[in-house]
Amino acid sequence: MGEGAVAGAGARETVDAVYRADSRRVLATLIRLLGDFDLAEEALHDAFTAAVERWPRDGVPANPRAWLVSTGRFKAIDGIRRRARFDGSVAELGRRVDADASGPAAGDEESVEDDRLRLIFTCCHPALPPDAQIALTLREVCGLTTEEIARAFLTGPPTVAQRIVRAKAKIRDARIPYQVPSRADLPDRLDAVLHVVYLVFNEGYSASSGTSLTRHDLSGEAIRLARLLSDLLPEPETLGLLALMLLHESRRAARTSPAGELVLLGDQDRSLWNRDLVAEGSALVQRALLSRRFGPYTLQAAIAAVHAEAPDAAATDWAQIVGLYDVLARADPSPVVELNRAAAVAMRDGPLAGLTLIDAILARGDLADYHLAHSARADLCRRLGRTAEARASYERALRLTRQEPERRFLERRVGELPD
Amino acid sequence: MKYLCLIYDDEKKLGAMPKSESDAFMGEYYAFTEGIQKSGHYVAGEALQPIHTATTVRIRNGKVSTTDGPFAETKEQLGGFYLINARDLNDAIQVASKIPSARLGSVEVRPIMVFDQQ
Repeated sequence: MGEGAVAGAGARETVDAVYRADSRRVLATLIRLLGDFDLAEEALHDAFTAAVERWPRDGVPANPRAWLVSTGRFKAIDGIRRRARFDGSVAELGRRVDADASGPAAGDEESVEDDRLRLIFTCCHPALPPDAQIALTLREVCGLTTEEIARAFLTGPPTVAQRIVRAKAKIRDARIPYQVPSRADLPDRLDAVLHVVYLVFNEGYSASSGTSLTRHDLSGEAIRLARLLSDLLPEPETLGLLALMLLHESRRAARTSPAGELVLLGDQDRSLWNRDLVAEGSALVQRALLSRRFGPYTLQAAIAAVHAEAPDAAATDWAQIVGLYDVLARADPSPVVELNRAAAVAMRDGPLAGLTLIDAILARGDLADYHLAHSARADLCRRLGRTAEARASYERALRLTRQEPERRFLERRVGELPD
Repeated sequence: MKYLCLIYDDEKKLGAMPKSESDAFMGEYYAFTEGIQKSGHYVAGEALQPIHTATTVRIRNGKVSTTDGPFAETKEQLGGFYLINARDLNDAIQVASKIPSARLGSVEVRPIMVFDQQ
């Protein structure tokens, strides 16, 4: 028994390790082979259950992933056949699964990577509602549980579960295909995927409401997703988005004080910035820029990289930052980009120049309800010694913010104003 | 798989079109229909008369009630449809995006329900 038990314990650890490393790959292939998300999840579960039973007894197979795929597929077909004796509609599904099995085999490395892309593009299909795209991606691609997704988005597990069930029903009933988009559709569809990744990151980096400023796990998941996409489909904007997130992430330790208070970029202790992430992010920005097919994510990453290079706020190359915002405003015009550009102009040309630009944006009514526009205005007024105006704008921002650390930050700023 | 493409247009906007423009628009529709007949997508398609011709019928308490107008007043009105055969939703979206009204109004794509044969 002695040796067998040791081998058994080792095999059990191998099952766990393969689960952590490869369960999403196996799932992606099973969805293609079985043509159905729920069937594939069930098959994945059955395959790992079988591995726990058999690997300690028979030894770990030479290609564990291929073993899991073929075991899962076999179990699913077996289950369909058994059910088909009672239900005619399942027989049709069984015929389809048999017919589809002629596709690439599980051991084929390239097809497995294609399956992962198929899964990502299907989860982020624009025919699905945006919150369902996010929930489905985190569930199926990242392997988060419904409870983990619910906690991260401050909502109840039943809400998340319902989003996922409805999304899977639409994929099945409207027949959203399990495929990587054609070359013609790829730019738009990739945009949709990158948008989902960035929303996940932002939800983790700066929670839109609630008491904690950062929700670590979501940012980490978004970066993992972007790394995966950069490996599978290294388009310039994919690299740009990964760079942008890495550069933001590099400042995490400096963004909040030990007491949990918000620290603005200009006031951050730059020795706390993660230099490895900065180096990786900056190198990716260079790669994306050299492609000359870059877009808004790369430009935002380039701006973040200029900040990352500066030893302090005063020594920042503000002229270059304003120039990058000019390009960004043409590539992806939005009032928020204009606001950020105005803040950079204030650093380059002085607070009055920035204030004039911000007032013009606010006069159009575009950002009237955006708390950061009012807090930026307040800050410039404060620097110009216009105390009453600064106070009014801080108070406007306070009424609009939903986030506790930002609220405390603004209250502190109001308190610091001279009487 | 079959999909129904429901075409919604703003009747007022279409009505206000100069004749040359509306002739060109109709020309686009003829060319589109011919195109999807050739590609094998086409199953059926019709244009509807404007909503002032619409009547809504209900039975309440065993009595037929008819009222003037469409079921719901909206900014864009159902003005026609195509029933198409498509490989999957992406294929159907490709076809729907070429319907001339997709540019001015909108096209709702709905998969056709298939009932189990008993």
